[in-house]
Amino acid sequence: MKTAGRVRYYIYAVTLFFIAVSGFGQMPVFKRYYIADIPGLGWLAQFYVTHIIHYTAAIVLIALVTYVLLDFLFNGPGLKRITRSGYFKIGILAGLCVSGVLMVVKNLPNSYFDHTVIIVLDLVHLALCMILLGTSLYTLIRKKKWVN
Amino acid sequence: MTTPKITSNISRRAFLKGSITAAGSVVATTGIARAATSLTHEKQEPLATLIDIRKCIGCEECVYACQAANAEKYPEPEKPFPKMVPPRVPVEDWSEKREVTDRLTPYNWLFIQTASVTVNGEQIDLTIPRRCMHCANPPCVKLCPWGALKQEENGLSRIDSDLCLGGSKCKKVCPWDVPQRQTGVGLYLDLLPALAGNGVMYKCDRCYNRLEKGEVPACIEVCPENVQTIGPRSEILKTAHALAREINGYIYGEHENGGTHTIYVSPVPFDQLNQAIETGKGKPHLNKVKNMMADGTQLAKAMLIAPLAGIAALVGKFYLSTKEDK
Ligand code: SF4
Ligand code: SF4
Ligand code: SF4
Repeated sequence: MKTAGRVRYYIYAVTLFFIAVSGFGQMPVFKRYYIADIPGLGWLAQFYVTHIIHYTAAIVLIALVTYVLLDFLFNGPGLKRITRSGYFKIGILAGLCVSGVLMVVKNLPNSYFDHTVIIVLDLVHLALCMILLGTSLYTLIRKKKWVN
Repeated sequence: MTTPKITSNISRRAFLKGSITAAGSVVATTGIARAATSLTHEKQEPLATLIDIRKCIGCEECVYACQAANAEKYPEPEKPFPKMVPPRVPVEDWSEKREVTDRLTPYNWLFIQTASVTVNGEQIDLTIPRRCMHCANPPCVKLCPWGALKQEENGLSRIDSDLCLGGSKCKKVCPWDVPQRQTGVGLYLDLLPALAGNGVMYKCDRCYNRLEKGEVPACIEVCPENVQTIGPRSEILKTAHALAREINGYIYGEHENGGTHTIYVSPVPFDQLNQAIETGKGKPHLNKVKNMMADGTQLAKAMLIAPLAGIAALVGKFYLSTKEDK
């Protein structure tokens, strides 16, 4: 099933790209630093657009994570073959999914989270994102795989 | 969800009296203070205000009461402001223009809009108190990337001036552009003042500290005409609808942006008022507003079934591979 693996990889890469870009778009930085002025990138400064893209990418990511998780459990090469960096990225992704889903719940109508919880969620989500991007770059450059 | 006894008693009494005016003044001046206190501490129905536009005489008492009640929350910026890069980052300084009362500013969270309209063939000037609408699902609160805004269970939303970095996202996502920025104050000064942040955003905080003490918001208390009434949202809506029926009037704020906690009742349609008022920077419109958070809420539901999509894809893969094996 090499094709399935490749498709999975590209879906992950594209989703990670859009979820990260739209995630940074939640902060008012793209306009300030002229990035949204580049033709075709104006949407980066439109908060409702990046909000929707972020949510949509999150839906794809959650579906992909479920798929990979179950595929691995039923069909995978065994936990022992997951690399150290693989485990690390899985942990970070799990943290991102959990904090992200909690933030989605927070944004629903009639949902009142404690203020400190909201601040912690915001910061944890941002920190995990930076760590995941850093680690992904490292594993990409060093050609480190998820499984041996 | 239970409604505090005192409030329902009051409005029932007011309704029994059959006078909406009585409902306004009674609710505003007596029991609501206690109701408001209990509403801030228990999981209760959100508070809303009814603004009866007919009654407002444009005296601006509420504007000055708001300023007096909230003066200690106003920014005291440090000058000169730190240089910000890139140069396009706007300096917004209202500290030398604190006396401005004809629009929203960091030092003026409530202002009076005027509309010259024709009612029953007669030309009249209506005056409309404008401030934050206190949306039921406020985008300013929900979309702040730092959690600098909060919404309390009594429905009020407010900006924590100790946390706000002044990026103005809350203003951009607010359908009425309500929050206003003051440069040179707040947390950003202690972080990277040149590169990130630009002060603090300010808006009506529903006099949360007065509500906590069991007092009504300053603008409501001071109004000589009892223009505003505060109470649990369902009761305020009931009163608003009764009033609208009585005067053949119109309602604004019930459905705008998915529903707000500020319900205006007017004798003329709001699109007519909207054309008659001056709108622009710091001067919000009275347009219809769709629910800005609705798409996100829809996608949140789709997120619930996302794992099912993953499972379906896996089942598909197994199906294909068994077929291949055959
Ligand atoms: S104090 Fe009352 S009457 Fe005077 S402007 Fe304010 S709302 Fe209108
Ligand atoms: S009117 Fe604007 S500032 Fe006020 S709660 Fe709604 S979105 Fe926030
Ligand atoms: S509720 Fe308080 S802060 Fe808001 S406009 Fe009235 S007086 Fe000002």
